[in-house]
Amino acid sequence: MGAEFVQFSLTPILIGVLSAIACALPGNFLILRRQALIGDAISHVVLPGIVVAFLVSGVVAAIPMLLGAAGAAIVAVVLIETIKRLGKIEPGASMGVVFTTMFAAGVVILEKSDTSRVHLDVEHALMGNLETLIWLRAEGWHSLFDPAALASLPDELIRIAVVCVIVVVLTLVFWRWLKIATFDEGFAQALGIPSAGVGFGLVVTAAVAAVAAFEAVGSIIVIAMFICPPAAARLMTNRLELQIWWSAAFATISAVLGYVFAGYGPLWFGGQNAVSAAGMIAAVSGGILGLACLYGPHRSRVGVGREEAT
Amino acid sequence: MTPFVEALFLQAGYNATLVAIGAALLGFAAGSSGTFLFLRKRALVSDAVAHATLPGVGLAFIVMVSLGGDGRSLVGLLAGSAVTAWVGLLVIEWITRRTRLAEDAAIGAVLGVFFGVGIVLLTVIQTMSAGRQAGLESFLLGSTAGMLFQDGVVIAVGGSFAVFATWLMRRPMTLVAFDSDYAAATGYDVRRIDLLMMGLVMGVTVIGLKLVGLILIVAMLIIPAVTARFWTERSSRVIWIAGGVGGMAGYLGAALSASAPALPTGPIIVLVAAAIFVVSLLFAPVRGVLAAILRHRRFQVQVHRRQGLLALAAKHPIREAYTLRLLVREGLVRPDGVSTAAGRAQAAKVARDERRWDAAREIHQDAGLTGRYDGLTPIEEVFTSDEIAEFDRLLGPPVAVGEA
Repeated sequence: MGAEFVQFSLTPILIGVLSAIACALPGNFLILRRQALIGDAISHVVLPGIVVAFLVSGVVAAIPMLLGAAGAAIVAVVLIETIKRLGKIEPGASMGVVFTTMFAAGVVILEKSDTSRVHLDVEHALMGNLETLIWLRAEGWHSLFDPAALASLPDELIRIAVVCVIVVVLTLVFWRWLKIATFDEGFAQALGIPSAGVGFGLVVTAAVAAVAAFEAVGSIIVIAMFICPPAAARLMTNRLELQIWWSAAFATISAVLGYVFAGYGPLWFGGQNAVSAAGMIAAVSGGILGLACLYGPHRSRVGVGREEAT
Repeated sequence: MTPFVEALFLQAGYNATLVAIGAALLGFAAGSSGTFLFLRKRALVSDAVAHATLPGVGLAFIVMVSLGGDGRSLVGLLAGSAVTAWVGLLVIEWITRRTRLAEDAAIGAVLGVFFGVGIVLLTVIQTMSAGRQAGLESFLLGSTAGMLFQDGVVIAVGGSFAVFATWLMRRPMTLVAFDSDYAAATGYDVRRIDLLMMGLVMGVTVIGLKLVGLILIVAMLIIPAVTARFWTERSSRVIWIAGGVGGMAGYLGAALSASAPALPTGPIIVLVAAAIFVVSLLFAPVRGVLAAILRHRRFQVQVHRRQGLLALAAKHPIREAYTLRLLVREGLVRPDGVSTAAGRAQAAKVARDERRWDAAREIHQDAGLTGRYDGLTPIEEVFTSDEIAEFDRLLGPPVAVGEA
């Protein structure tokens, strides 16, 4: 736990934890609203958003790409809703049509444009690169108080930290609205809560979290972070407040354990090279969900006896 | 344009021909077997299935290499992917049945976790023995460059099997898709039929992995079925139309991608399918947007026309600008709002029909006939001329209206 840990492991673990929490918080509400797969759709359309942002701005910079990805997410949500209404199609199918098409368009634009010279490829977008986000200037724990070293922290860490704080603040500020609009939309409207606006805001927040996390952990694994920790938390408690805490805890455990397993697990089995940390984080979160499904105290539906449930 | 036409007529070389035929077959199989998935409102299960194939590909490679094999045998890789896709399906089914999580959460969890495990396995493989693992990433987005005759055979055999099974199982699957409770009550094992349907989808996913890749095969399963739904109201036809749309998208997409460099086949096929979808969404005869707009306009004209004529009959001024424009255009009123002779005649007719309906309601107490009154259905369509003559006897002779 010396200088090497701070240099090579501290920032990836922090980024993993912050990404996981930033995704898990909106994920709680998405799951309760039966919109869990919005996260799936968003994470697929991040790719075309980033590609278009690169073509428009011409640089591989974080801010245009974040904007592009968030824009693509909003476009996707609007398109899904439009197609659902115009074609009278069920939401799942509408989602499937929109995000696969946008993803395909992203791949085609990427192939057609001259982006081969920059570091922008599909596999990278899918898998992320958590391992490379190291803090080279750090020389030990004391570097945490050294402004010169702090200035060279990976940008991704700063961004995901900011996004995570924004997500937490938004959740706290809109807590009552979110809670009421999620559980009883009719009651929310009767109280004058703009429940459609709350729903859209939630999706946009999820998109921003997904985009920020995407940089670090890759687009597909973001889905696991949206769904697994909140779903496991849902099986632990009947109180929304507690569920949020559980989900944050599960997200943190997944990120830390996943990173450790990916980095050191192969060594325990005699391997020499680390495996994908992002993939391992998703796998650990899946393991937690599996345990919650088997042993979670509130795993059954209300009104179903334990014998029936098995 | 010439290379495109060449590819369209299978003149663009051996590989392009193979890809075009393979893509068309795959499109047909995916379209028709995806139909019931869409009708059952479980379209996105295919997304989870597709992503769940990745760990299978990795595992199969590792197993084959550790057994001393080549590791790139397509059949072996596909068998591996089928196993994990099936496990993924069972996990989704288990989570939704056993716990209180909804299906969408189960789908998302399986999708993310299996894909994560797959990525882990890919990184393991990358460190195993450099060089030999090349090509596994192509399962993500598909690749047609190295398509072999053997791959075409896999698609043709597997695809025709999937279409045949879909056709064979169309009745129970239709029943389950539209009313699963009734199906259960009549003795069908709904769970088994669902699993069978998913099994078909899984089969198509697996044979399509090589060509379009696991992320975009979802589009081949969903888009044709959704598109076909615009063109018909009969589920038996949706299967074949979806197959046709899928086959067409596959064929055109493959030809298009062969006609220019750097046009990846899988994504182009998806974009062609999406284009067909958009055209259907806008222009399909009954369910399309244009048809809906026209229907709405016709309805609007009918309502405004009738309200205007009733106003004429009651000698009320017409203040609604659109109504006035409509009646002026038909020559029923003059632009200053004064009715013409034709207008007065029509107004008298409309007003009299209203009174006839009143009379009808007194004579026929059952709502079956008079319940069809909506102000727009002509009374002649509901009652016979004898009956209308009877109403007229009750009402007395016609009255002229609006004599200025």
